[in-house]
Amino acid sequence: MSVFEGFRFRKVFSRVHELDPRVKFFYVCAVFVIAVMFNQLLPLILLFFIQLPFVLVAGVEREWIRSMKGASFLAIMIFLFNFVFTYFYTEYPTFPPSSSLLEYSLAMTLRFLVLVESFSIFFLTTSPDRLGLALEQSHVPYEFCFAFTTAVRFVPVLAEEAQTIMDAQKARGLELERGNFIKRIKNYIPILIPLIVSAIRRSLELAEAMESRAWGATDKRTNLYVLKIKRGDYILAMISICMLILAVYIWIFLRDQIPPLIPLITT
Amino acid sequence: MDDIICESRAVGETVAIIETSNLTYTYPGGKEPSLKDVSLTIEKGEFVILTGPSGCGKTTLCRCFNGLIPHFYSGKLEGDIKVAGHNVSEHSIYELAKNVGLVFQNPENQLFALSVEKDVAFGLENLGLPRGDMRKRVDWALQMTSIQDLRERAPHELSGGQQQRVAIACVLAMQPEVMVLDEPTSFLDPLGAQKIFEVIDDLNKKLGLTVILVEHRLDLASRYANHVIVMDEGKVVLDGKPLNVFTSERARLIGVGIPKATRLYQVLQETGVHLSGVPVNSREASLLLQEVLARDRG
Amino acid sequence: MIAVRDVYFTYPSNVEALKGVSLTFRSGDFVAIMGQNGAGKTTLVKHFNGLLKPTKGAVIVDGIDTREESIAKLSRKVGFVFQNPDNQLFCETVEDEVAFALRNFGFEKKAIQKRVEWAINLLGLTRYRQSSPFMLSGGERKRVALASVLAWDPDVVILDEPTIGQDYEQKEKLRQFIVQLNAQGKTVIIVTHDVEFVAECNPRVVLMAQGKIVGEGVGKQILTNRKLVAEASIVPPQISQIFMGLTGFGLPTDVIDVYEARDILLDFLEGGS
Repeated sequence: MSVFEGFRFRKVFSRVHELDPRVKFFYVCAVFVIAVMFNQLLPLILLFFIQLPFVLVAGVEREWIRSMKGASFLAIMIFLFNFVFTYFYTEYPTFPPSSSLLEYSLAMTLRFLVLVESFSIFFLTTSPDRLGLALEQSHVPYEFCFAFTTAVRFVPVLAEEAQTIMDAQKARGLELERGNFIKRIKNYIPILIPLIVSAIRRSLELAEAMESRAWGATDKRTNLYVLKIKRGDYILAMISICMLILAVYIWIFLRDQIPPLIPLITT
Repeated sequence: MDDIICESRAVGETVAIIETSNLTYTYPGGKEPSLKDVSLTIEKGEFVILTGPSGCGKTTLCRCFNGLIPHFYSGKLEGDIKVAGHNVSEHSIYELAKNVGLVFQNPENQLFALSVEKDVAFGLENLGLPRGDMRKRVDWALQMTSIQDLRERAPHELSGGQQQRVAIACVLAMQPEVMVLDEPTSFLDPLGAQKIFEVIDDLNKKLGLTVILVEHRLDLASRYANHVIVMDEGKVVLDGKPLNVFTSERARLIGVGIPKATRLYQVLQETGVHLSGVPVNSREASLLLQEVLARDRG
Repeated sequence: MIAVRDVYFTYPSNVEALKGVSLTFRSGDFVAIMGQNGAGKTTLVKHFNGLLKPTKGAVIVDGIDTREESIAKLSRKVGFVFQNPDNQLFCETVEDEVAFALRNFGFEKKAIQKRVEWAINLLGLTRYRQSSPFMLSGGERKRVALASVLAWDPDVVILDEPTIGQDYEQKEKLRQFIVQLNAQGKTVIIVTHDVEFVAECNPRVVLMAQGKIVGEGVGKQILTNRKLVAEASIVPPQISQIFMGLTGFGLPTDVIDVYEARDILLDFLEGGS
């Protein structure tokens, strides 16, 4: 669960929070592209560290560390899988495995971590309503944006309700921790059904309220807020483009000259 | 043997804002009509309390006022209903939304956005109002309901009472002529309920907003009303001034929870003690009793 | 029966909901726990069947510390009727719904049948026996929830805000039912902010504000105590409000019942002050 903690938005204010989500998303995509381009460890390490300033400026260190911790389990799995399977596929039966194999596996792991890092920064610094607004201004049909923000708005409500339902059923003798695997799954039916029924009832009430506030009155729906691209956004966009260009240049001309890291360290 | 108390109004001075005539409605798949032959008139600027035992049709009637019936609920609607000059059957819900606002019972399920401001603007956004106008109306609505300090808060952080005030502001921003509130204080404690009634009363007095309040808690709400309608089993059985409705035998038989002050008046009357007026709240009762007790003493 | 010893409770979100609460409930008590929304009433009663365990202090139910017993075992003695019946209903028939807890507690088939029959009759739900609980009206669903708790005959019955959304008639029926339950020897605890309802039942009243108990005693005395009422931010019963405006005549102020009020006024007018 802690990996999700690292993606939940916190209401803090910083320069990074103020940036336009569309530009931030462009940045995340740029990082993604660069991460996928390179198999070598050195550029990926650089990519990882380049993003740390964002975490610091945004003031979201604690949550970010939590998400990285949560991702570490998966990261270890990725490393082991890569290492073991590539070994058996290429180098077996030579033993010990080469340092380039080790380096490759580390690089794959780091690629994953770089992606978790950038997405985590994105979600930690973008409030759901700004995200919804960004979607709207990117011409995603309003129904989807509305569904998105409304869903986010009701997450804490549903969580509380699930807790209340569990309490109510426990008070009727339902024991969720007891029993074998199948029994345990069956024990969740008295929790799920009231939740689902309540969700349906809630949807009906929401629909009534929406209709009563002129939903569908016009196709040209306006918005109280508007996202404007500001100076900070231009800077981020420039940084992202420069990173991309630099990465492409290195990849085209210098990729074969990227030194493996492990020999550099061990000598 | 006309059980219905209907008061004749001074014609010419007052304007009817809601008029129904033989309104009958059956929900789809319903065996019996939920509304039977409902004929009533509500004047502009009135503060109406609509009450009656559970299942009497009050909620159904509310949904007729803003067009949810027949447009959202289908089913069979017979008879006429005109709201703010519009024939409800002939206008869509979004058209009627400019004239009639509806505040629902559960505060949580009327708020969609992640900030109060955005929620209040929701209806205006739907109507396609320009941003400048929206901003003005949102600020005005927040001010009228005294929740300016809650502007940036998320709905989930608010108490039930605060949420309902936001819901009222959301409806108010659309500047309707009529506001219908369907048991808005069910989930609130008495103090929270009182605050809501005060806000509504304020809007009624300051803006001339016609208010239709569906309520069980007559102890708290009756002091504000100048028109009470009691329903039972889909029909209107009492319709008139609060005093007359609360003191009628019919009200007690139906099981309407008349204010305790009025009940005290009644039990005293039964034993021969007469007050010079009929109280509907504790202050009035105190004053009337003071008269009687002082008279007795002096 | 239930002893609350200097209980403190803080939610995981770091909100301190109970700040040193001590109370005793004897078998057969009839108590109303009152206060504003957020005063800590529901938090307190959730300690009685072990749903919540105190952060500091202890809750002893029938001699057992709640921290050392499972919720299921405690619930056998302490029945909790939640505010919203829709948080519980999930079965295909009312019968199944009422039997659910009995099955969980391990009652035998024959015993289950008898008790389900009894509970359904008691709450006037016989004709809905085979109906789906979801098809019933709000008031009927509340009765199903109540039946499903009474079916296992707990010694203590806790009702959390039982009057919400109910009309006058329904409240009257509920009041009579609760009084009857208490007369049969059950300890009845209601959590409510409905002063008029409590005024009609006249139970022992525990008044809470901001996680503490601010007053405890006979209903009429607590609900007519201006200082306590203001501290707990509750609205006093209308009859009490009326009499507060008549203090100049030397009339008692601890009146909450209409008929008692009438008698007092009649006495005054006939006898002389």
